[in-house]
Amino acid sequence: MASQTLQSVPAEPSPVRHEPSPEDAARRDAEGQAYFDKVMAEDSRIEPRDWMPPAYRKTLLRQISQHAHSEIIGMQPEANWISRAPSLKRKAILMAKVQDEAGHGLYLYSAAETLGQPRDQMMQDLMDGKAKYSSIFNYPARTWADMGAIGWMVDGAAIANQVPLCRASFGPYGRAMVRVCKEESFHQRQGFEILLELSHGTPEQKQMAQDAVNRWYAPALMMFGPPDDDSPNSKQSMAWNIKRFSNDELRNRFVGMMMEQVKVLGLTLPDKDIRFNEETKKWEHGPLDWAEFHEVLAGRGPCNAQRLERRREAHQNGAWVREAAAAYAEKQAKKQAEKEFAA
Amino acid sequence: MTPHGNPEFPASTADSGSRSIDKAEDQSADRTNAAAAAEIRPTGVTGNVWPIWEVFVRSSRGLSHVHAGSLHAPDAAMALRNARDLYTRRNEGVSIWVVPAEAIASSDPDSKGSFFESPQGKDYRHATYYTKSEGVKHL
Ligand SMILES: [Fe+2]
Ligand SMILES: [Fe+2]
Ligand SMILES: [Fe+2]
Repeated sequence: MASQTLQSVPAEPSPVRHEPSPEDAARRDAEGQAYFDKVMAEDSRIEPRDWMPPAYRKTLLRQISQHAHSEIIGMQPEANWISRAPSLKRKAILMAKVQDEAGHGLYLYSAAETLGQPRDQMMQDLMDGKAKYSSIFNYPARTWADMGAIGWMVDGAAIANQVPLCRASFGPYGRAMVRVCKEESFHQRQGFEILLELSHGTPEQKQMAQDAVNRWYAPALMMFGPPDDDSPNSKQSMAWNIKRFSNDELRNRFVGMMMEQVKVLGLTLPDKDIRFNEETKKWEHGPLDWAEFHEVLAGRGPCNAQRLERRREAHQNGAWVREAAAAYAEKQAKKQAEKEFAA
Repeated sequence: MTPHGNPEFPASTADSGSRSIDKAEDQSADRTNAAAAAEIRPTGVTGNVWPIWEVFVRSSRGLSHVHAGSLHAPDAAMALRNARDLYTRRNEGVSIWVVPAEAIASSDPDSKGSFFESPQGKDYRHATYYTKSEGVKHL
């Protein structure tokens, strides 16, 4: 064979791809759907460039971006206490935790981007109040004990929700969750320790810990979402192997864990109806105020407006950093180009 | 609050029309109110969207770099620094590669079959294909 043919450089640009005919598109959709169904049946994973049903893409994009926004907004209640942490050690721990939450947000934005939504658009939607995020972060953190209750209960509920998501059928989401879950257990333990220390302190400190647990208990339980009979999309998400357990299943399991752990703290949960049902072998809890839940979701929680204002302000304050970095990168690229030209 | 993963679960949104901000929470509440009053608007999508970089981390000496995730950065130097802060906060790595996402060529997912099927029917590429030597030592 002639040597010049060893390297296959096309003599002509490859032919322009024509718009697929309706028949081609239909065939591709049918093949794609068949492959997608097979992946679901085998409990395997879908990757970004695979064919996927439009509704699957949309559901994931919404879920992952909302999850990302929650991590980002979720930094605020705790960040507010960094400057007032009771010791240098606690301050360093709290900063590390808040930094982790920023990281979680970024892992998740990365995963969401693989579905075709630019990150800037997602962030803009959040700032414009068009995107949603976890209602739990619209409650105020009133005392230092809230740092304990948030870590123990809010991160605890997050873990209970997120561990099954490590097996979500969409590869990038599952992988982001694996990374997140590895970091979350430190969050929960540091919160538990804060409460433990307070509950073994003065009567006032113990009361402060109890108050925080009382305030965060119901909102934390509501993090699992509405009761199963009021959760219309759960079924589809479970069929798509995104969700593995129902809201109530996860919530009941969580209540059981809290019930054991609160004893170690020497505190109580503000719910007289918690019991283990011997027949169903499940934990049960008292009624939750779902009207309040829907109010907070609708934007009428205690801190919704404040959270978004803070997010916008932070974005605005970072503008000069982004501009400087872009200008520097441009200057370096120019210098490099000049060097290459001179060489 | 779907945040932590409940698709159906509606999440909260901003309150456009308002309920007063709970000042009990923090001292910065006054400041944020002031900022709101001053009509700080997000500048929004600035137009200079930074490129995406894929990040590969070598977890310890002797192992390969493994894909960890991606990030946005204006240049390679910033991408490396961001990657360090984002993917190695707990000694997860001893070396990082960042690669512009657009520089990565990838096989076409639509041609799963044709692109990878050549090894099929070639069991003889595996040691397990050769059974006659069973029982022979050190082979
Ligand atoms: Fe997190
Ligand atoms: Fe989280
Ligand atoms: Fe966390």
